Amino acid sequence: MSTETPEINIDRSKGDFSFAEDYKYDAGIGLSPDTIDYISNVKGEDAWVNEYRQKALKIFQDKPMPTHWASDDLNTIKFEDVRYYLSKGQKPSRTWDDVPDDVKQTFERLGIPEQERAFLAGVEAQFDSEAAYSRMKEEMEKLGVIFVGPHEGLHEHPEIFKKFFGKVIPIGDNKFSALNSACFSGGSFIYVPPGVKVAQPLQAYFRINAENFGQFERTLIIADEGSEVMYMEGCTAPKFETATLHAAVVELVALKGAKIQYVTVQNWSNNVFNLVTKRGMAEEDAEIRWIDCNIGSRLTMKYPGVVLKGERARGEVISIALANDGQHQDTGAKMIHAASNTTSNVISKSISIGEGRSTYRGQVSIPKRLSNCKNNTECDALLINTNSRTDTYPAITVRGDHNSVQHEASVSKVSAEQIFYMQQRGLEEGEAMSLAVNGFVNDLVREFPMEYSVELKRLIDLEMEGSVG
Amino acid sequence: MSVATTTSDTEKFSEENFRHHLDAFWLNVPWVQELKQQNWKTYQELPLPTRSDERYRFSDLRKLKLDGYRPAQEPTEAQKADAIARSNLVGEPAGKVVFGDNFLLEFEGLSEELKAKGVIWMPLQQAAIEHPELVQKYFLEEENQLGSEKLLALHNAFFHGGSFLYVPKGVEIEQPIAAYYWSIECGEAIFPHTLLVVEDNAKVDFVDYYGSLDTGCCSTLSCGVGTIYAGQGAQVFRKIVQNFNEEALSFQLEANIADRDSQVKTIAVNLGSKYARLQNHTRIVGPGADVKMYGLTVSKDEQEFDQRTLQIHEAPHAVSDLLFKNALLDSSRTIFSGLIKVAKDAQQTDAYQTNRNLLLSKTAEANSLPGLEIEANDVKCSHGATTGQVDESELFYLMARGIPRQTAYQLLVFGFFEEIVEKISNEELRENVRKLVQAKFGNEM
Repeated sequence: MSTETPEINIDRSKGDFSFAEDYKYDAGIGLSPDTIDYISNVKGEDAWVNEYRQKALKIFQDKPMPTHWASDDLNTIKFEDVRYYLSKGQKPSRTWDDVPDDVKQTFERLGIPEQERAFLAGVEAQFDSEAAYSRMKEEMEKLGVIFVGPHEGLHEHPEIFKKFFGKVIPIGDNKFSALNSACFSGGSFIYVPPGVKVAQPLQAYFRINAENFGQFERTLIIADEGSEVMYMEGCTAPKFETATLHAAVVELVALKGAKIQYVTVQNWSNNVFNLVTKRGMAEEDAEIRWIDCNIGSRLTMKYPGVVLKGERARGEVISIALANDGQHQDTGAKMIHAASNTTSNVISKSISIGEGRSTYRGQVSIPKRLSNCKNNTECDALLINTNSRTDTYPAITVRGDHNSVQHEASVSKVSAEQIFYMQQRGLEEGEAMSLAVNGFVNDLVREFPMEYSVELKRLIDLEMEGSVG
Repeated sequence: MSVATTTSDTEKFSEENFRHHLDAFWLNVPWVQELKQQNWKTYQELPLPTRSDERYRFSDLRKLKLDGYRPAQEPTEAQKADAIARSNLVGEPAGKVVFGDNFLLEFEGLSEELKAKGVIWMPLQQAAIEHPELVQKYFLEEENQLGSEKLLALHNAFFHGGSFLYVPKGVEIEQPIAAYYWSIECGEAIFPHTLLVVEDNAKVDFVDYYGSLDTGCCSTLSCGVGTIYAGQGAQVFRKIVQNFNEEALSFQLEANIADRDSQVKTIAVNLGSKYARLQNHTRIVGPGADVKMYGLTVSKDEQEFDQRTLQIHEAPHAVSDLLFKNALLDSSRTIFSGLIKVAKDAQQTDAYQTNRNLLLSKTAEANSLPGLEIEANDVKCSHGATTGQVDESELFYLMARGIPRQTAYQLLVFGFFEEIVEKISNEELRENVRKLVQAKFGNEM
């Protein structure tokens, strides 16, 4: 069979709309100590937060771009042209009626309220910098679950959040975590008290509305001893002429015996630079799972990690990436074992379509003095067209006693026999291809909550439309 | 860390030493002189590898200092005799050459029959004078991409010992040819060089041995270069045994080319040195080529083995397979960093890469960086890396059959290497490699 397959057209029209901008607060263009002061002032922050931000700004400016290993595309980001803070008003609205109409329309189109009414325990929807709408089911609040923005979190519950804020991901972890630490606004701070099992997932929705806007949300989730929580986030942005920047920091803390699952479906428009630092810290017997799906953006660099700090802790990353023309999905996982008898598992599947490029970058580290640690890593890549590209760059360091690590990766294409078989049974070539691709990721898609997995299948179908035939 | 700013290395490899080298060995060979001048300049300009160089990720750069070494002097008669006597890895080679501290000590030519067929086998220095067109065509033409540009320039500036083999179309040499490179005097640097040009449908089996006469009171530097040009349908099997003493600093830079339907098989046995870096970069330029890259490493004490490989598929329908096995004792470290690159047009490529690390001590450290860069879609590529200990259930199985634990353990560890050792076709060499590996374990087990 010929290896030539025609170009693919992507339908991104679903999130491709924007509203007139009339922001009450706007920090202007560019980043300087004054921008930071402006953000701090608007938010009425404590002095230590401002100091933290200023320190981070300095580190951000001093750190070089990591282009000695990462894509040169990073150099096209013009930090001086980015708008670092935009907001309609400070306080997140508590009822749907208080939300401004155009914001409401945005979310209406994205289907948030229905979802909220239907089954979600709480919704934190972020429209540019601040959460526009935030409400949690009353039972949750009664149980003592805190679900607020970072500002409220640091201001009203410092005894809980200050202790872990910036501890899992220090300011200087990388250039973009420093940038986020300097100008973070919006995001979620969640605290689940000991033994509380949040039955339904908490959800956040992020959207970039203004051109040239950088979104720097900050999320910190603390699951106290024996508690369980699942958090879901989705991201979209309308397509603008110029590139947009998204640099989030997400920190998870699972205390003894706690479980956190963090689900992301990222579908930014394909001119967004999505440079995200995500890491969790798992104490004794705790479990952290990152379930990550990257479909949108121009360049995504995201390597969710778990620091396995307590004995018998478990970390997992399940990752699906889909790279189409003009996209580079540079994703992966980090598993840092820091206690004996810890286990970690990474399963990554990527699909490259057209001229898309997907990259897996992984790090597994088991230092000396530890014993009986196990890691399993599997990365599979599927290449659809002749110009598609995939890379795999794992780094594995093992020391100590009775630790074992296995890593496997494979690259394949959809076999001609499979397509032929399905065509024989009356499917169009395109449908057959779509079915084969869905089959490739099927076992991972099932890990997502039901409503997301349905959406994912649909998104994959959409991306595959016209990829063959 | 300021490795890049050490100045004393240029004192030892000084302008004066360089001039002396040109006059002593290359007086009447202008093309080599010119090449050496350029490389000497490059060497002086380039910095040593730095931390931010990804090609040195995980390497202990503190071990990588060139100060304290100087170009080697001629060995004494007693040393020469010793080196010649110990050059016995293969009993009846088709040809043999022995170098000690870069100086030619012994040379065994090929049979008259092979000479009549046009095979050229001689020290590189002689070949550069007698067959300049032929040597120039292949010498250092292959770009080295794995990050030792400075070391390569140093090699090029100071080499004079080396082997050259040219096998014309259709000629097959059955018995192996062996080259021995001995490092003798403390603080001295050797620059081994092996250049194999194997034309269409020719066949050759070649062994390189690198060793120290001394068991290791002080450090020596070896910076070797090896190149294979395999023409269409050629079969080249090359074994490299690196067995310097445990104080040595060693670099082995391999760059190979495989043309249409050729078979290129390299086996690297790494035993010696304090820090040993092996780079093997193989480029497949013709369809149907079959490339095999094998590595066997035993590391002990504080040794560090730094192995970097590159499998480049530029042509379709070719196969490459890599297997590197490391067993680690004591506080030693190994790094395996491999990359398979498949170019856009190299459809129907089959490329595999496997790294297996056996940790035999709690303080040893194994690093794996198996990588893929795939730009063609109709390919089969995979890589795997595992790190673990001797399997308890396998031990139990053997012990249940009455084999003492100690013996069972030994069997399993030597069995781990057998997968590589058995790829060596020459039985005598295979047995000698087994002995070297077992000797390295000594009374550790």
